[in-house]
Amino acid sequence: MLKHPISSSRITRRQFVTGLGATTLLPNAARATPLGNSNIPAVSSNQWDLRIQRSKITLDGKTLNAPCVNGTVPGPVLRWKEGETVSLTITNTLKEDTSIHWHGIRLPSQMDGVPGLSFYGIPPGQKFTYTFPVQQSGTYWYHSHSNMQEAIGLYGAIIIDPLTPDPIPCERDYVIFLGEWTDAMPDDIISNLKMQSDYYNFRQRTLASLPKEAQHAGSTSAALKDRLMWSRMNMAATDISDVTGIVYTYTLNGHAPDTNWTGLFRPGERIRLRFINGAAMTFFDVRIPGLEMLVVQADGNNVEPVPVDEFRIGVAETYDVIVQPKDNRAYTLFAQSEDRTGYARGTLAPALRMSGIIPPMDPRPVRTMVDMGMGHMDMPSMSTMKMPSMNMGGMAMNMPPSSPSPIVEDPGPPPLNVENQNIAQAPIDRTGSPGDGLEHNGRRVLTYKHLRALRPGTDPRPPSREIILHLTGNMERYIWGFNGRKYSESGPIRLHKGERVRFTLINDTMMEHPIHLHGLWSELENGHGEYRPYKHTLISQPGSRMSYLVTADVPGMWAYHCHLLYHMDLGMFRTVIVS
Amino acid sequence: MNRRYIFSLIGLFTLTPYTVAAQPSVQYQAADAPVANISTHLPGMPPIMDQGTWFHGIFNELEGRYSPKGTNFRWDGEGWYGSDYNKFWIKSEGTLEKGRLSDGQQDFLYSRAVSSYWNLQGGVRVDLDDGPTRTWAAFGVQGLALYQFEFQATGYVSNKGRFASRLEGSYDFLLTNRLILQPQVELNLYTKADPARQVGAGLSDIDTGLRLRYEISRKFAPYIAVTYSGYLTQAHRFARQQGEQTGTTRFTFGVRSWF
Ligand SMILES: [Cu+2]
Repeated sequence: MLKHPISSSRITRRQFVTGLGATTLLPNAARATPLGNSNIPAVSSNQWDLRIQRSKITLDGKTLNAPCVNGTVPGPVLRWKEGETVSLTITNTLKEDTSIHWHGIRLPSQMDGVPGLSFYGIPPGQKFTYTFPVQQSGTYWYHSHSNMQEAIGLYGAIIIDPLTPDPIPCERDYVIFLGEWTDAMPDDIISNLKMQSDYYNFRQRTLASLPKEAQHAGSTSAALKDRLMWSRMNMAATDISDVTGIVYTYTLNGHAPDTNWTGLFRPGERIRLRFINGAAMTFFDVRIPGLEMLVVQADGNNVEPVPVDEFRIGVAETYDVIVQPKDNRAYTLFAQSEDRTGYARGTLAPALRMSGIIPPMDPRPVRTMVDMGMGHMDMPSMSTMKMPSMNMGGMAMNMPPSSPSPIVEDPGPPPLNVENQNIAQAPIDRTGSPGDGLEHNGRRVLTYKHLRALRPGTDPRPPSREIILHLTGNMERYIWGFNGRKYSESGPIRLHKGERVRFTLINDTMMEHPIHLHGLWSELENGHGEYRPYKHTLISQPGSRMSYLVTADVPGMWAYHCHLLYHMDLGMFRTVIVS
Repeated sequence: MNRRYIFSLIGLFTLTPYTVAAQPSVQYQAADAPVANISTHLPGMPPIMDQGTWFHGIFNELEGRYSPKGTNFRWDGEGWYGSDYNKFWIKSEGTLEKGRLSDGQQDFLYSRAVSSYWNLQGGVRVDLDDGPTRTWAAFGVQGLALYQFEFQATGYVSNKGRFASRLEGSYDFLLTNRLILQPQVELNLYTKADPARQVGAGLSDIDTGLRLRYEISRKFAPYIAVTYSGYLTQAHRFARQQGEQTGTTRFTFGVRSWF
């Protein structure tokens, strides 16, 4: 019942030649440091002993006494095998509670690792053994769900070997774990944002930037008019990231850009790169100048290969891409933060100590009225967007004509209150957009519309219910939530076991939110009918409306939240109860 | 004060339907609406802590004001402790000149967030300096007006049946991301004169400044400024009769800092 369709028909397991290669060929510098444990174990294991400990880790001059797994940041890559039952014993040597959440893994809710939901956490000095059957394959990750530990080092990658080989075999296989590092303490960051929500934003519109804006807008008066409009709303068009490169060093496999993590290859080899965004607050735009990337997997599930030059990876998402460098030269893995205040960087090279050209960062995006939910005049969906139960594009195709229209649980537009400062008047479908800052940049950039599953979904039933949720927030007060309420003022979202529901997200804020539902798959309705991609984390773009289907097949209390850590912790969280 | 925002509070738990024709199957209710006795987490262990409390204090003005007629030192600051909705505020201002403390006003207020940008505040004000002490009950609003104006308006009533009010506003013009020009103004109004405190009926005094600060960090920004403080209308006449300065423009150095 829990089996995912894509993995159920696989027969033999992939040849993991490359895992060994990665271990032995890593640069010495990379091996010496306690950081960046990105080595894929040669073989999978179903028994793991993991120790949560504080370790003093310095990166780019910023030292933290970080809670981490077995002494490294990221922690060890866990390699499992589909169909086996894994047993992971966690020893907590910290002076505080801890937990490990297996992000994107389908398992019994008591094993999901969210303290307070079907699990009591792991107290100091105690052990806890997680045991569950592995019913899926692909790239995932794990992280703490306690306090702010995830923001300061407690995370790592998971690779699950499929029962049948991956459709495209590769000679090399690397985990590319993107993250961020700062010696600013998470509690201080929250406190600073509470006092001044643009505390970390030093890229705002100023008198000095006016000439450039006037050039863009066509005239000074047009630029001033745009500014006035934003200022009338008490918001800023330059509000891209809450926490920025001012304090963050962006990391790739635990390496700062100047220590340059390197993966080796021989020209002509196919390389699988498993991108994981383990950052707390940063979206990355990833490209490898000079190489085409074939996107083959999203959030652990195979998709029809999409050739792209660039893709955006939201916090907690994973993408597997295949590249095949033909030349005997170094290629730069370039992951610039969405707000362009910094980048993570690594290298693919035929030999150690080579490095490719680092491209300049793109201009940072500027928010527009589309992000404020004012719609898009040339969008054909204008006429349907006000009807909450209307289905657009592909979803209509799934439904047999005779099926009754689903019951809609709709709170209506959110209130303007202490916890919410905006209503998206005309939210639009933005699954065809690569995201702010990536449109019309001359490169082929992945969009959600490109994602088409390799196999049809397992549950062909149409949804019997539609749950509409508004993503809301007050940037000025730095409060986040759904439907104008934070978690502590909300009830749970209740699903009946076995029920098929549609979730519809309307983003009333001007920021992207990576929305993550624990324990169940989220099948994105992006126009591909029954070939909907299965995901665990979905970026809701500002001013957008997006729907996905969920089969509530595992009972328990599940977390449902924005994966931007400080949004989650300040209210953008709900409990989903399946019973 | 933006009325729309105040009234939207009432809309918090009322559900506003879409304006389009309702389809029969639509239920206008939120799936996550709060319901009594449904626990959303294990006892005593909420998965996130979104009801935190914070403490912050800020000196908007901590400065020396220079003029040939005399130099003085002035502070204007506030601090708060509390949650998203409920806070306890202290506001403090005062001027020190030739060993004399004047214009010392301390407010102790409870603050309640009522809309996207506005807070209602109530409490007491004590005028504490080398003049006679006065005590007032205080009630006001504080928040962010449209176009990002910082604004505070407080009404006061004293134990002797006097009324007063204080209006404060400021605005940040970003010249660059760290160089910020801030016009600021504070006005005091009284219904009755109180000559012992240099207070006149009507608009009594003004304190205003144009500050150019450089944010070395967000929390520490030295500035230079031109400031003016003076008496108006009836208080102006009092000051003139007593041979005091009626108003002075001063060159000012200071630091804006918070923690
Ligand atoms: Cu969010």
